[in-house]
Amino acid sequence: MKYVDEFRDGKLAKNIAANIAREATAASGYRLMEFCGGHTHALSRYGISDLLPASVRMIHGPGCPVCVLPIGRVDQAIRLAREHGVILCTYADTMRVPCSDNLTLMRAKSGGADVRMIYSTQDALKIARDNPNRQVVFFAIGFETTTPPTAVAVKQATAEGLKNFSVLCNHVLTPAAMHAILSAEGGVVLDGFVGPAHVSTVIGSKPYEPFADDYGKPVVIAGFEPLDVMQAILMLIRQINEGRATVENEFTRAVTREGNLKAQALVEEVFELRDVFEWRGLGSIPHSALKLRPEFAEFDAELKFSIDYVAVRDHKACECAAILRGEKRPQECKIFGTVCTPDNPVGSCMVSSEGACAAHYSYGRFRDAA
Amino acid sequence: MDRVKPNYSRPLDFKQGRVEMSHGSGGRAMAQLIAELFTAGFDNAYLAQGNDGALLPQITGRLVMSCDGHVVSPLFFAGGDIGCLSVHGTINDVAMMGARPLYLAASFILEEGFPLADLKRIVESMANAARLAGVPIVAGDTKVVEQGKGDGVFITTTGVGMAREGITLSGDLAQPGDTILLSGTIGDHGMAVLSQRENLTFDAPIVSDTAALHGLVAAMLDSGVKLRVLRDPTRGGLATTLNEIAKQSGVGMMLHESAIAVNQPVEAACEFLGLDPLYVANEGKLVAICAPEDAGCLLEVMRAHPLAREAAIIGEVTEDAHGFVQMTTKLGGRRIVDWLAGEQLPRIC
Repeated sequence: MKYVDEFRDGKLAKNIAANIAREATAASGYRLMEFCGGHTHALSRYGISDLLPASVRMIHGPGCPVCVLPIGRVDQAIRLAREHGVILCTYADTMRVPCSDNLTLMRAKSGGADVRMIYSTQDALKIARDNPNRQVVFFAIGFETTTPPTAVAVKQATAEGLKNFSVLCNHVLTPAAMHAILSAEGGVVLDGFVGPAHVSTVIGSKPYEPFADDYGKPVVIAGFEPLDVMQAILMLIRQINEGRATVENEFTRAVTREGNLKAQALVEEVFELRDVFEWRGLGSIPHSALKLRPEFAEFDAELKFSIDYVAVRDHKACECAAILRGEKRPQECKIFGTVCTPDNPVGSCMVSSEGACAAHYSYGRFRDAA
Repeated sequence: MDRVKPNYSRPLDFKQGRVEMSHGSGGRAMAQLIAELFTAGFDNAYLAQGNDGALLPQITGRLVMSCDGHVVSPLFFAGGDIGCLSVHGTINDVAMMGARPLYLAASFILEEGFPLADLKRIVESMANAARLAGVPIVAGDTKVVEQGKGDGVFITTTGVGMAREGITLSGDLAQPGDTILLSGTIGDHGMAVLSQRENLTFDAPIVSDTAALHGLVAAMLDSGVKLRVLRDPTRGGLATTLNEIAKQSGVGMMLHESAIAVNQPVEAACEFLGLDPLYVANEGKLVAICAPEDAGCLLEVMRAHPLAREAAIIGEVTEDAHGFVQMTTKLGGRRIVDWLAGEQLPRIC
């Protein structure tokens, strides 16, 4: 397949792997965090770890939208569907995130709640248009990549005067999470970041400059194809070897320094910063998430239905929090692969294929066999 | 003078008519639907007996029986429809046992209001598929549910076949060292159905691979190669089928990604939707497992058949206490090919 096969070529992979093996000579090793779940997935699905020397350790980051969603947020969505009788629309993976009372949106659906899986915000708008007598809520999750489509939907709903549509907004911000990881006391020690792919197409590479300038951590923005990830790892190793810390862009075919200005303007017009937002694993981070601006308040499901956020603690055996902070690996969790599997996830990292636990379980757990 | 008028009922309106509750109530309306649509369409002596069951000729040998419900949405898709799918699905299940399919029975659950024109199209497609396969539909049943309680039409088919003498195929017979063969490309059916779903505004020229595989199976058995396992990778795709076999046989597997063919539009659609073709349903493909020394001959026989031109050796059975199905990736790494978790694509067959 054109524009895809070129980035999955086995021969090129071997070349990059040879370069990595030759250059990754620092005795202290290389602790690299791939921020995005998309990178975690690529590493696992293509078996990239088999091509990396022992000195390079990839640490999975929190960039998986459903993974960082705390239980209380899914509870809100379930309350909307069950108690307020709304049609709740959301993206697929969100349906399986475990929340209070042993529920998921999928189970709520089986129990009679009207929960619908959609592929785009346009589907949610269509459902609202087709059901004028029902309230339709779009449970919006995701990093900067999925925010512009939500903004578009809100603007369309405004233009159409769609009174039965609203958004339960859980859009979060990547740089805030990276700050949280780097500034956590006693947190994970990192030598560099494989920077986000799709997020960076929207926000550009500029927002990562403080991580290089202030924290001294190299960042290499990489696409989601396996060769992208490998090339980025090589570029990080070179920076570390040379004692440099800059933001480099491997994903030049899609990412510029400034990003997508049109999308940014749209997001700016519709959303504003929340004072604080609770992330799973990372805790409450100031200015790390978005909510609708007051002029779009009628589309804000939290206001429209007066549903407050109630924080709920994670399952006590679940290590998702430490895994999302990069402090633990999935296989170090006691319930990994036993109580917690992709079929019966206990923690959110076992839900999405981008989640560190699901990726390791589904693609890599043969490496744990003695 | 005899005042009783001769029986007359107006023929079914296959242009404008719709399924009514009375079509399932056991009365004249049902009798008419059966006579004018099902009996006429499926057209065989057993069905024409008109009894509660079909009385079939005596046969000697081991019988294989299988049944399969079909709830695919949409009912019509590129390359087929629920009608031919329901015939192929059950024929294939019987064939995978190394048996020659002999008879089918079909049970219809119709939703009140379903257009008779569509029903006729479906029945004709079933009849045609059964005729081409040489497997008559000898018994059937029709029920009608109220509007909103079904989704147009659900079809359950049951098949009976006779196992070939001396042949026993079973999912628990795979042995370490065995060779795994696949009859062609994967993911065609699932992506054909998915790309046509109304809530996905996705239009790709993807055609379902739905087909009856008993001819291919017969050719494979005729070759004299000793097969151990045959299975059609339907729901859950190739990955799920291989995991089932690995579990049943208590073995592992090592697949080779570069040997598993995917049609380009299917690959593109999967890429676009974030799906893995290994988990996407097929309706006209089979997996075969045999001893390594037989693999070359079997591959040749398969490739000589029109339904397996692109057959390939895709991997080996391994000894593995964990029962892992693994794969060497095109990139040169290794990964697990796990069971499907959750649902990837509902209502695919």
